[in-house]
Amino acid sequence: MLPEHAKIMALLQEAGEIVGRKKLQKIVYIGKKMKLPFQEKYTYHIYGPYSEELTLRMEELCSLGFVKEVKEQKAGYAQYCYHLTENGARFLDQFPLSWPAEYARPLVTALNERSAKFLELVSTMLYFEELPKEEVKEKVFTLKKSQNFTETDLEEAWDFIDSLRMIPFPVK
Amino acid sequence: MGNRMLEEEKVFKDPVHRYIHVRDELIWDLIGTKEFQRLRRIRQLGTTFLTFHGAEHTRFNHSLGVYEITRRIIEKFEGRPHWVPEERLLCLSAALLHDIGHGPFSHSFEKVFQTDHEWWTRKIITGDTEVREVLSRMGDDFPQKVADVIEKTYPNKLVVSLISSQIDADRMDYLQRDAFYTGVSYGHFDMERILRVMRPMEDQAVIKYTGMHAVEDYIMSRYQMYWQVYFHPVTRSAEVILSKILQRVKALSESGYSFRYPPVHFEGFFSEKPLSLSDYLELDESVVMYYFHMWQKEEDPILKDLCERFMNRRLFKYVEFHQEHFMNEWSRLEQLFRKIGIDPDYYLVIDSSSDLPYDFYRPGEEEEERLPIHLIMPDNRLRELSRESDIVEAISGKKRTDHKLYYPEEWLHTPGAEKEKREILHILQAHPGKTETEF
Repeated sequence: MLPEHAKIMALLQEAGEIVGRKKLQKIVYIGKKMKLPFQEKYTYHIYGPYSEELTLRMEELCSLGFVKEVKEQKAGYAQYCYHLTENGARFLDQFPLSWPAEYARPLVTALNERSAKFLELVSTMLYFEELPKEEVKEKVFTLKKSQNFTETDLEEAWDFIDSLRMIPFPVK
Repeated sequence: MGNRMLEEEKVFKDPVHRYIHVRDELIWDLIGTKEFQRLRRIRQLGTTFLTFHGAEHTRFNHSLGVYEITRRIIEKFEGRPHWVPEERLLCLSAALLHDIGHGPFSHSFEKVFQTDHEWWTRKIITGDTEVREVLSRMGDDFPQKVADVIEKTYPNKLVVSLISSQIDADRMDYLQRDAFYTGVSYGHFDMERILRVMRPMEDQAVIKYTGMHAVEDYIMSRYQMYWQVYFHPVTRSAEVILSKILQRVKALSESGYSFRYPPVHFEGFFSEKPLSLSDYLELDESVVMYYFHMWQKEEDPILKDLCERFMNRRLFKYVEFHQEHFMNEWSRLEQLFRKIGIDPDYYLVIDSSSDLPYDFYRPGEEEEERLPIHLIMPDNRLRELSRESDIVEAISGKKRTDHKLYYPEEWLHTPGAEKEKREILHILQAHPGKTETEF
C-alpha cells in the first residue's frame, strides 16, 4: 500500500498544485503510459480513462492529512485543487521511494501546463493506442462527440504525445 | 448464421433468482464454451470463504445471474422509447461474458503480476477461442461489439449502463448473491421493484421517482456489504497473505531459486515472454491451491510459512493504523522487525481501503467520471438520487477510508530478542482496534 500512496505524493510534490479531479486522473494515467511507476488500475469512463483506485487513494491521503483538497466554486460547478501538506512532505522525505524524479519533473510539468480537456483527449487517444491512428480518430469522434474535438486537436495531441516520449527515460 | 431460438426454453435453478431462463441458442452455446465453464473454478469472492465458509460461489453463478437480471430488464424495456430492440443479444452476451477474463484470486494476481482481467476479457472475446467462434455467428464485428460494451466504449451508452453503472445488473446480482452465500442479513433489497421502475433514457437507465425507496435500500445494502463482507478484516488478512505468497514466488523465480515444485503455470507472469491466452486459461483456483499446498514443503522458509498460513487459516492479526502512526512509528516498526529477523516486506503489511475493488455510491459532481443514479420526476426532469433522498445523502461522500496493519503476532511472543519484541508490542498495543482474528 504505502509505496503507491507515496508515488502520488511525489507527483504532487513535482506538480506543486493540480487543479481539478479530472486533470489529476489524466495526469496519472498519461504518466503511467509514459512509464512512471504508478499501479492504479484504469478503465474507460465518461471522460476517458478513470481510476476508482486513484479516487480512493486521494481520499485516503486527504484523510491522513498528507494532501490538502480545496474545493472552489466555479460558475455552476465545484472544482477541487490538490497540494501536498507539510506533513505529507515530511512523510515523503522519510519514505524510501523509488521514484525517477529527473524524468518525472519535465513530464509532470508538461502535463500540468495543459488543460483538463486537452489531457482528456490525450489520455483517450493513449487508451486506444493499440488501434491504427484512423480508428483512434473514429473512436474519439464517436465517444467524445459532445467535446467537439477537431482534426487539429488530434494532431496537436499526437505531437504532444511524441514530445512526451522524447523526454529521456533513465536507464538503470 | 445468426441466432436461433431454442425449441424448448432451458432453465437453470438458481438460489438467488429462482430460475435463469435461456431461450437463445447463442446464449446457450456461450454457456457451453470451455472458457465460460472455466468460471466454475474461480470463486466470486476470492479469499472470503476463509471468513464466511459459505462463500464458495463462483464467477459462473454470478455471470448467469447478471445475464438473468439483464434479460429481465430488457423484457421491461421492450417497446419503450430509447430502447433499441436490435441490441438485445449484444446486451445479453456482454452481461454473460463481462467477467470471462477473471483469473484465480484475480485482484491479488493483478496487483502482483501487473496484469488486468479486462485485457484478458477482450482477448477471450476477440481471440482464438470457442467464445469468439460462437459470437461470430452474429457477424464478424459482433465479438468486437461485445468487447466494447464490456469495456464501456460502445457508442450506445444505455446498453453499457445496464452492465456497468451505479445501479446495474452486475451489482444487483453480486450484492444479493454474496449476501446469500455468506449468510449475512445485509445485501437484500427489492430488485423486482427496481426493475419495474427502471426506464430507458438516451445515456442510461433511470428510476421512476416512486421507486426511490427501493433504490435507497439497494444503496444501503451496498454500503453495509462493503464494511461487513468485502472489507472484512479477516478476509483482508487472507488476501494480504495470498499477495505475499505471489510476491515471494515472483522474487524467488527472479533470483533463480530452485523450487521443489516449480511454478510452471505462473511462469508467463515472470518472464519477458508474454503469457499466452491458452496458458492464461489453464490457470484457475484449483491449480493455484494445488501449488500452495505443495509449497508448504518448500525449503524457502518464507514461502513455506506463508503457504502453511494460507492453507491452514493461520492468518495475521491486525491493528488500526492512523496518521500519527504513519508519521512516527512506521519506520521504527520496520527497523525493529528487521532486527529480530522478520522480513517486513512480507510480515508487516498495511492494507488500505483503496486496495479493495469495491466502492460506495457517489452522487457525482461536476468532475465525477461516473454517472450518478437519476430519478425521473413527475414533470420529466432528472434529479440526482441524493438530492431527493435524505438516507442516500447521509451515507454519500462520508469518510470511507481505513488502514490496517497486519503482522504475525504469535512470533512476537516467542523467546529471543525480548527487548525489541516488547517495544514492537508496546507500539502495536497502543493502537485502537482488535488484535484477534474475529469473525
